[in-house]
Amino acid sequence: MQSREYPEIGEKLYEETLPNGLRLRVVPKAGFSTFFAAFAVNYGGAHRRFELDGEKIDTPAGIAHFLEHKMFDMPGGDSAINILSANGADPNAFTSEDVTCYYFECTHSFEENLRLLLRFVSTPYFTPETVEKEQGIIGQEIRMGEDDPGDAMYYNLYKLLYPEHPVKDRIAGTVESIAKISDKTLYDCYNMFYRPSNMVLSVAGDIDPEKVLKIALEELSPARKSVPVADFPEFKSMLPAESIICENMEVSAPQFMIGAKLRPEKEGSKALRQDLVAKLSLRLLAGYSSPLYTKLYFSGLLSRNFDYECNITAGTGALILGGESPKPMEVLKALNLEVERINKEGLDSERFERAKRASLGARLRGLEDFENVCVSLIFCLFEGYCAFDALKVLGSITKEECEEFIREHFAPERLAVSIIEAKR
Amino acid sequence: MEYSRTELMPGVWLSHLHSDKFKTACLSLNLLAQLKRDSASMNALIPYVLRRGTVQHGDMEAISAKLDELYGVAIEPVVRRIGEIQCFGFYSSIPEDDFLPHGQDVLRESCSLMAEMLIAPATRGGLLLPQYVDSEKEKLLQIIRGRINNKEGYAVSRCVEEMCCYEDFAVSALGSEEGCEAVHYRSLTKHYRKMLQSCPIEIFYCGRSSKNTVVSALTDALMPLPRAEIDYDIGTDVRMNSLEEKPRYVEEVMDVSQGKLCMGFRLGECMEDPDVAAIHVFSAVFGGGTMSKLFANVREKLSLCYYASSSVNIAKGIMLVASGIEFKNFDKAKAEILSQLYAIRAGDISDGELNAAKSGVASDLRSFMDSKGELEGFYLTRAIQGEDYSPTDLALLVEEVTKEQVVKIAESVECDLIYFLKGMEGQENAEP
Repeated sequence: MQSREYPEIGEKLYEETLPNGLRLRVVPKAGFSTFFAAFAVNYGGAHRRFELDGEKIDTPAGIAHFLEHKMFDMPGGDSAINILSANGADPNAFTSEDVTCYYFECTHSFEENLRLLLRFVSTPYFTPETVEKEQGIIGQEIRMGEDDPGDAMYYNLYKLLYPEHPVKDRIAGTVESIAKISDKTLYDCYNMFYRPSNMVLSVAGDIDPEKVLKIALEELSPARKSVPVADFPEFKSMLPAESIICENMEVSAPQFMIGAKLRPEKEGSKALRQDLVAKLSLRLLAGYSSPLYTKLYFSGLLSRNFDYECNITAGTGALILGGESPKPMEVLKALNLEVERINKEGLDSERFERAKRASLGARLRGLEDFENVCVSLIFCLFEGYCAFDALKVLGSITKEECEEFIREHFAPERLAVSIIEAKR
Repeated sequence: MEYSRTELMPGVWLSHLHSDKFKTACLSLNLLAQLKRDSASMNALIPYVLRRGTVQHGDMEAISAKLDELYGVAIEPVVRRIGEIQCFGFYSSIPEDDFLPHGQDVLRESCSLMAEMLIAPATRGGLLLPQYVDSEKEKLLQIIRGRINNKEGYAVSRCVEEMCCYEDFAVSALGSEEGCEAVHYRSLTKHYRKMLQSCPIEIFYCGRSSKNTVVSALTDALMPLPRAEIDYDIGTDVRMNSLEEKPRYVEEVMDVSQGKLCMGFRLGECMEDPDVAAIHVFSAVFGGGTMSKLFANVREKLSLCYYASSSVNIAKGIMLVASGIEFKNFDKAKAEILSQLYAIRAGDISDGELNAAKSGVASDLRSFMDSKGELEGFYLTRAIQGEDYSPTDLALLVEEVTKEQVVKIAESVECDLIYFLKGMEGQENAEP
């Protein structure tokens, strides 16, 4: 296997692309007793429509997530969850807009558990009975999400930013849409997307990388097959469809998200730079040491709940600032004023250098968690770059780049607001 | 990992855990006090008010600028409870010098900034600034009121509140709305000064710096800390029995799509001499993971829910079972949860279930060694509970737990209160 050293973060990364197209990444972690492995496919909630042999195919909302639940069933009635758990591993899975990821953590029998992981994700087994039973469980998961104000606010925001795109719909679907799912639709989607050339295996722990490679070669089918192209709607306008959306729920105080569209770069090194510039710009604009945040916090317009993110997924991008405020529209107004001020005066040079230092610390912190390391390696690979390259690139980002980024993306007409108001 | 414990000053203890494998070090400082209805909110406010400004760094922007300059050191207020001991102070994450370009002494500067927040807050006429106190009061109120925003967490906290209504444990770590509203900057200053002098203080460090380096940095930084007689008279009242003969029932109605069932249990007589390893294994067999009885039956077999799990609080001697269900399935879910407990009592535990539970708990404990956050919580609890095992020691005990030990815990457990959060519709469906 090939390896690369990253002395600035104290890591070494082993990488290999197997003949079947699977991309493999291993991060050796001497001195740790935990092992983590994640096996992911570039297929998620937004992959609802795709092209196969020149034909457009539509599938029900929630199917990727449904598939995630059902993949754990093994022929003969066993559950991979139970087998892994019985082996002392802690298995789980998640589905995002464009990734389905199966993973486990353990402190012993890693090789055996890894074989199990690869085997169960490569073995579809669905019956009408098990599909029907799962509809009850997922129905309750959907209900749980419906009571979550954060979820409601997020999807409402996406309805404004991307009204034509499936990212605006809940990943789990609705009780009605999952009723349309059958064992046959599950097999169809599985067979189209779950192919090694569309997948990444990422491992961290005190392990010999060659052993991981050997296991992957032994367990997975050697055939290289192509995967249908996801048919995500193109978006032309960078403006939201409308600027505000409100919903009432059982909450203690208004919750809000302010969002702006971002057009994701397609080429890997540009995508990495864009992600770093976006995050650094958000930190400078609204981070905990920014004049905007400290002023809003002091004046009572923000509670302790406030955060921001750059969310790139399924061909869409969004810059989101969100939290709780008695007057969300006042927060928006203050944001507009701060952007106007930065446009006029530029960013403070010392503050810019400090923000870069703070990003360095935050990156180091993110590397402590194996799950975070493995999952971010996967997501970044699907975006075309290596997560470990971030620190090197961070150093080269300039103040002018961030100023330009803020000027372009946070223009007042680009912003949309999603608010959840209290019911009583 | 080498562990040592040192008394730095009267009642100020440092737990030092040496480890070279992390990229950031962890340093936490906790004042310990009895959790009481009338003081909980004041204690919960203290670290947040202190974090607003110090003599040298007058406001949040100045503090944050300093933290950014130290390569993103994080020093955050932290308030929690372990049993009925309220722990409040700061949790800090510090990048290790090995990864920083200029090789500065970030640890020493972090210790000194944390101590500055603790000992030398911004004041006027010797009093904490009223604008900081009022602003943090408002924010704490928002957090306390905001617990209804997360329905799962809300149901669990309401269940505990009702179950322990005659105990200090009914008070959340953040105190109550009334308690918080009553805080005044004068009374808070007085209370803060008293706490600073009399609370036992637990400091935890895990990272690459040697014990001597950490002791020296902390001793220098904490030099001005005023100490008087230390109040060691703190502890948790563990009640063995449920309040009434039959489980009490409390329900609440809200406009929600999914019902939340939370059942509160007393761990019972086993708490007289708690077999910690067996209690953990029992909870894992009952509702700990995907191999547990609750997951296998309430979710997988009967499809009644997306989640059903149990958790134990050994410091207080209670167990909680939480589940999200359709309103009309209340009776079915409740009956199934209890019947799974009875099954364990009757010894209906397969080797597979027992081994998965033991292996899961032991593996979790071993993986604590790879997480500074888990280690911090473990060693703080350990110091408060007066225990002396490491996560690895406890994992070894867990691996030796027998079926008989688990049955014994199940026999001792009793249901005290059932809480149900239900929607506007279908109110007629659920019965106590």
